[in-house]
Amino acid sequence: MTNFTPVSAMIGGSLIGVSAVLLMLVNGRIAGVSGIVGSLLDKMPIREYVSDNAWKMAFLFGLIIAPLVYFYISARPLDISFPHRLELMIAGGFLVGFGSRLGGGCTSGHGVCGIARLSKRSVVATATFMLAAVVTVYLVNVWGIVR
Amino acid sequence: MKVAFAFVSGLIFSLGLVISQMINPAKVIGFLDVSGEWDPSLLLVMGSALVVTMAGYKLVFGRQQPMLDEGFHLPVNRVVDHRLLVGAALFGVGWGLAGFCPGPALSSLVLGDMQTVSFIAAMMVGMITKKVTFN
Repeated sequence: MTNFTPVSAMIGGSLIGVSAVLLMLVNGRIAGVSGIVGSLLDKMPIREYVSDNAWKMAFLFGLIIAPLVYFYISARPLDISFPHRLELMIAGGFLVGFGSRLGGGCTSGHGVCGIARLSKRSVVATATFMLAAVVTVYLVNVWGIVR
Repeated sequence: MKVAFAFVSGLIFSLGLVISQMINPAKVIGFLDVSGEWDPSLLLVMGSALVVTMAGYKLVFGRQQPMLDEGFHLPVNRVVDHRLLVGAALFGVGWGLAGFCPGPALSSLVLGDMQTVSFIAAMMVGMITKKVTFN
């Protein structure tokens, strides 16, 4: 499994915080990724759509191209790996999409921005999804459906 | 200008995910797997993000309004209801199954892994399904 990496965790976490503060300071918006993505699916007249959503698309564009910036600056390869098999990734994707919209947020919106505002809903949501995720990983291991 | 700052914000957010390796599902599952060799990194990522955001929000909410908007756009719903609980629980199951949540999945899209693309496609289907079934 992976090793504890406290320094990069604190640097990375702080950057996430800086980003959330910046978006609130300048645009008055919560940096919640599921809300930003999901609300792009709302239907409205085209002019309104563009004026309402331009900042969301810009945020997502920054989110998506960041690894390229990272390569460019650090010249270090990015290793990611998938412990669970493809079927679980697909089922997980569906539940993440459905659940985050139903519950009004994900790790960023509830877990960081919401808790930082001391929102009761976000504290409850974060505790709930953390517990559900821990139990899920435990069961995936117990049932041996990892790969 | 709003758009430019949103871009910078997305970029910084994602660099944070990349540097802390939260874009790596193995790392996230290493945290969620409390029965194995536990990797507490995610806790420290969330903790430091929270400390910075709390301190920053405190200053920001002392202002009348954001720099480039008339007001702050904050959720008005304060009730812990069934939707919140069921939604968060389903989200948690999905997060545990995949090791991805929306931010990290989009951040790692350019790495081009088939699993990431599949996850994001399924996530969009999930979001659309929510939209047509509940409203």
